[in-house]
Amino acid sequence: MSKILFEDQEYQCEPGESVLDCLIRQGVSVNYSCKAGVCQSCMMVAVEGEPTPTSQVGIKETLKAQNHFLICSCVPETDMQVATPDRAGSSFDTTVLSRDKLSADVVRLRLVRPDNYAYLPGQFLNLTNDTGVTRSYSLASVPELDDFLELHIRHVPGGLVSGWVAEKLQTGDTVTISQAAGQCSYLPGREAQSLLLVGTGTGLAPLVGIVRDALQQGHSGPIHLYHGSSTAEGLYLVSELLAMDEANAVFHYHPCVSQGTPPQGMQFGRAANVALEDFAQLSGWRVFLCGREDMVKTLQKKSFLAGAAMQDIFADPFIDSAGTGATDVQKKTANG
Amino acid sequence: MSDALFDRLGGEAAVDAAVDIFYRKVLADDRISRFFDGVDMDKQAAKQKAFLTMAFGGPNNYTGEDMRKGHAHLVERGLNDSHFDAVVENLGGTLKELGVADDLIGEVAAIAETTRNDVLGK
Repeated sequence: MSKILFEDQEYQCEPGESVLDCLIRQGVSVNYSCKAGVCQSCMMVAVEGEPTPTSQVGIKETLKAQNHFLICSCVPETDMQVATPDRAGSSFDTTVLSRDKLSADVVRLRLVRPDNYAYLPGQFLNLTNDTGVTRSYSLASVPELDDFLELHIRHVPGGLVSGWVAEKLQTGDTVTISQAAGQCSYLPGREAQSLLLVGTGTGLAPLVGIVRDALQQGHSGPIHLYHGSSTAEGLYLVSELLAMDEANAVFHYHPCVSQGTPPQGMQFGRAANVALEDFAQLSGWRVFLCGREDMVKTLQKKSFLAGAAMQDIFADPFIDSAGTGATDVQKKTANG
Repeated sequence: MSDALFDRLGGEAAVDAAVDIFYRKVLADDRISRFFDGVDMDKQAAKQKAFLTMAFGGPNNYTGEDMRKGHAHLVERGLNDSHFDAVVENLGGTLKELGVADDLIGEVAAIAETTRNDVLGK
């Protein structure tokens, strides 16, 4: 008989009983609907123990890789610790390695990567400031290539966390970060597939991580990265990305500027529009979208209508955090 | 009978093949696309899959009450029989595109039809 640990309580699973039925029988309130492995409303994360293969059928590959599974379809073969997807995180203390400016308002923060800190490029983490306020930021680093964690943080005037990073944080300071989360990542397999990545602002951070990861994993299909801003000064890492474009035959970097006359080598227009003009037909493509929520949601729909499969569209909207006079731009998280 | 329909259609693989085609048709249909503005597309795709599984005669925990609650805000925004008809039409078009025989399409449409009053809050 398997034991299920959920929110610090232990539950005994009857033989042949699913994790969901076990929790329902013992009066635990959990989300579910179809109880047939279809609707995915009962999805949880296995923190300890292996989900059964049946319980991962039909789940997005990136979530599968992070032990997400459907509790209605899992008759556990071992003891398991399970958690709802937004509560699976634990925290780590780490040290600031460096802090520098990538553009007038974007700060690059590098942190020591804690031992055993596992993440996929493109995921985000929560960073907590000196007064306990937390914001989510995407990782631009790649574990196989970098021994540090890299975040791109837009300094918003009055931002509680971004202001603290830009004005107070020093090399050597200790900061608290969460475990990495999110499902906007590159997974191996189908390496000849075409990839489209579109980002605005610091939406570039996860996309750079994803591109570098795809390249180091030997992706052989074309990779097109569109980064947009209203002015050329709003773009960053331009020379680094041009050099990557030079060095890798499959990688194509498209900087886009939507106001005025773009400098030579840059395209005119909003990144999302330029990308769709260049590629109107996206059947069989894998698409990654990061940045402003309205851009991401609109392009998610447009890419789907242009033929990309829902399973192949990874959308990661950023939000302006609502708060008392504090408007950091942060990643969208399950708990806001 | 309905289990047999699910098998004759090709089971879960048929649902997987149908879900993107169906959702794309619905979103591209000017008669009904506005009801999908601003929804979380990943969550919506999962709901479409649950609906198709049910309409294909597959395993489901369908309750009319859930369907009423889930669509009440859309009924307030004017969801009516013409929109329901459009969805059923897109469902038929999806199956046709997948090469499903007309009599099976009829059986699927008949199951979808049983949800009409709950969806429209009648």
